Amino acid sequence: MAPSSVFAIILAALVLSASMAPQHWSARAAEPSTGVPVPKPPKGRGNECVAETDYIRRYHMQLLDHQRDDTVHEGIRTKQFSLKQCIDCHAVQGPDNKPVAYDDPSHFCRSCHDYAAVAIDCFECHDSKPQKSAAAREAFRGSMLALEGYLKARGP
Amino acid sequence: MSRDHQRNNAPQEQSRRDILRGAAALGGLALAPGVTLHLIGGEAAARPADEAVSDTHRWGMLIDAGKCGDGCQECVTACADENGWDPDGKLPTDAQWIRKIDLRDPKSGAERTLPMMCQHCASPPCVDVCPTGASFKRADGIVLVDKHTCIGCRYCVMACPYNARSFVHEPLTDQKAHAPRGKGTVESCTMCVHRVDAGKQPACVERCNDAAGGAMLFGDLNDPTSEISKRIATYATARVRADLGLDTGVYYRNI
Amino acid sequence: MAMARITYREIDGGTTYWSLLLGLSALVLIGLGSAWYMEHHGHIVTGMSNRIVWGIPHVFAIFLILAASGALNVASIASVFEGAAYKPLARLSGLMAIALLIGGLAVLVLDLGRPERLIVAMTTYNFKSIFAWNIFLYTGFLVVVMAYLFVQMEPTMTRHIKAVGWFALVWRLVLTSGTGSIFGWLVARQAYDAAIMAPLFIAMSFAYGLAVFILVLMAACKINRRPLGGALVNRLGKLLGVFAGAVLYMTAMMHLTNLYAAEHGGVERFILADGGVYTAAFWLGHIVVGCLAPMALMLSPNLRTSRLLVAVASGLVIVGAIAHLYVIIIGGQAFPLLMFPGQEVSSSFFDGVVAPYSPSLPEFGLALGGVALALAITLGGMRVLRFMPQSLADDDASPAANQSPA
Ligand code: HEC
Ligand code: HEC
Ligand code: HEC
Repeated sequence: MAPSSVFAIILAALVLSASMAPQHWSARAAEPSTGVPVPKPPKGRGNECVAETDYIRRYHMQLLDHQRDDTVHEGIRTKQFSLKQCIDCHAVQGPDNKPVAYDDPSHFCRSCHDYAAVAIDCFECHDSKPQKSAAAREAFRGSMLALEGYLKARGP
Repeated sequence: MSRDHQRNNAPQEQSRRDILRGAAALGGLALAPGVTLHLIGGEAAARPADEAVSDTHRWGMLIDAGKCGDGCQECVTACADENGWDPDGKLPTDAQWIRKIDLRDPKSGAERTLPMMCQHCASPPCVDVCPTGASFKRADGIVLVDKHTCIGCRYCVMACPYNARSFVHEPLTDQKAHAPRGKGTVESCTMCVHRVDAGKQPACVERCNDAAGGAMLFGDLNDPTSEISKRIATYATARVRADLGLDTGVYYRNI
Repeated sequence: MAMARITYREIDGGTTYWSLLLGLSALVLIGLGSAWYMEHHGHIVTGMSNRIVWGIPHVFAIFLILAASGALNVASIASVFEGAAYKPLARLSGLMAIALLIGGLAVLVLDLGRPERLIVAMTTYNFKSIFAWNIFLYTGFLVVVMAYLFVQMEPTMTRHIKAVGWFALVWRLVLTSGTGSIFGWLVARQAYDAAIMAPLFIAMSFAYGLAVFILVLMAACKINRRPLGGALVNRLGKLLGVFAGAVLYMTAMMHLTNLYAAEHGGVERFILADGGVYTAAFWLGHIVVGCLAPMALMLSPNLRTSRLLVAVASGLVIVGAIAHLYVIIIGGQAFPLLMFPGQEVSSSFFDGVVAPYSPSLPEFGLALGGVALALAITLGGMRVLRFMPQSLADDDASPAANQSPA
């Protein structure tokens, strides 16, 4: 047998052993389809996203990766591209009027991913619902408004 | 919370900030994180959010076993509450970021108790052995796992002289937003890095001082004027497995 | 020349071949199923814990990796040390080195907490980690051995055999040192932290690799009805006896050195005297079954070595190997870390006590899947390429022993 087929065979064995991992272990199980039209994802809170909508649509993974490294390694905790913020703004209310978690197909981050067959593991660890403190913030704002009224009443 | 309500958030946010400023000016009320600490010790002023950590600080702890209560678990429950692990889990597969170790001298019968967790070594063996660099030491001396690059090989668990690391053995749900944890990765005490970055103390230290014997002190080992540096300069302290020369960031007294 | 006279031929694809391949594939599937099960539920379904983080899969994976580098010895003896009698076996030796390594690595990778992140391990490195170096050493080993096989099988390349053979030999020694250093460099653990781990692992690889090689060679000749000379088998058996002796010597040196240092007294007492299953595995499994028995069978001048005895000795070496690695890997972790010398220690995290460990079925499933994968690759390799000599009868294979090699 020709020596070149030695390589062919061994290569085949290597590829075989690598491809034996179950499908769902691969994050990119299917071809990503950035170009094709995507389903209409629910609109976030406010009028605009943290970046140009077209840009965020295309590059949110890079932004998140970058932010992740900055935060974890450098301790940079800016809000703009923080995953927590995405979740806070992009909460989708379920039938019970509570924000849905990632296991619900209507979750914002799944609105395109399911369609484009992108699988992300972020929410195995990260909270996929707005922070509990978002509710606390509401309460805090209430008391602050009261304080504001009080201070205004007392004059400058 | 209704959607409309949420949309109205932005302007109100603005007014909240105005008030904060006003309130702080008014009576030195400490409402913002970091300011609080400034008042009680000046140890950990919050770094601006967009500034990277630097090695001007090296965060450490001094633990006085003489003040650590026998059977007291306050630091353990505080850590578990803060970081969302189960303090009652006692299976060998359950994570324990911090634990109480009871010591007994078989000769004299003398007993002591102390909390044990990641010692935040200056030369951490876990960082040396990690194949992907997921175990790393931040510039300010806090030893962490980047759970995004951890492949779960557990070599760091083998290498740690303090048994300080746990491996997440099961899928988890309802983690804390500020402390993501997930199956298949290794984790350990983060010195509450999210709190430290906000100018606060680690949860265990805070709880120990509020609710227990005040055995734990957190501070900057690089700053000779900090309380922790002064105490280390004054009293005899010890570090666990000092023979390994790892220059740990956690010091003990009375062990 | 003698070499030119050896004819190699693919093995036949008869019923035995296919049923063997089918059986091995079934085991590989069981291995994959186990890995999926562990991945899906987390390591909670294994016997592993925060104290025993490496379990049965690692015992078998390290066995396979050691055997891989050891299996290459036969080829090294042939082309580097001019052991002409081994020349006809060099190709099979290379094939097995590759197959065993792939089997071992598959187990290691599938046991990861996050196997889907393997790409991270292949793209981001921490060069202070011996683990990261091993990734290079292992993949490099595959490439080097492939090149080695290439120069052996391509008639126009044979003049390079010696040079490539040397390179492969050095590479495999470095590789095994790297594997030993995974443990040897763990300064925190009383059971490891010893420079002798690297040479010990080299001796172990010699013995384990040869034992597996002998058994596979015998099986391959048997199912293909190809003659296998008694002299050749005896020669391999003698070598195995010597290697088992080397392992025994290294083990003795390691434990004697440790006994000398009071610091290691605790762990030595644990392994050698009161460690229960670990002590039994050490003395009975490793020392008696893995070293003394094969040495007696292979080296005793009173015993006429027979084919069966050589096979038995090889089997004993392998059983002893698993026992030895169990003691090193699991026993070394089970023994508590010494944080407060001279103190009695207790906590909720199993400080101060021997950690419990009972391996679970999926762990064995994964481990055996790796072994089956290695064997399946070997078997399939022999079927599609010319790794096996037509005849290994002493008359056909041995004349070479008396002549200088090509
Ligand atoms: C201040 C609230 C807010 C935050 C914080 C925020 N978004 Fe948005 N996002 C929006 C709004 C509003 C839109 C809709 C913009 C539009 O319709 O043009 C949007 C649109 C998007 C879209 C496009 C959806 C589409 O229609 O195709 C993506 C993708 C997106 N956001 C991702 C993110 C990510 C990732 C983050 C975190 C880094 C984030 N957003 C943070 C408010 C926010
Ligand atoms: C195995 C657990 C785990 C997984 C999976 C994970 N993360 Fe994280 N992530 C963490 C931890 C731990 C932190 C650090 C939190 C801290 O220090 O406050 C973090 C922090 C971050 C941050 C910075 C903090 C923030 O909220 O902005 C970002 C951004 C981030 N992760 C993005 C991601 C993305 C995107 C994914 C999915 C591709 C992901 N993470 C998957 C554990 C995980
Ligand atoms: C507008 C549709 C859309 C929305 C909404 C969206 N994504 Fe994506 N996302 C994509 C597409 C398409 C890809 C694949 C792009 C590629 O691989 O090139 C992707 C890829 C990713 C990746 C990288 C995956 C990988 O395997 O590399 C991450 C991480 C990610 N998205 C996070 C998020 C998060 C977090 C949210 C919710 C805040 C979100 N996405 C919402 C369309 C979307």
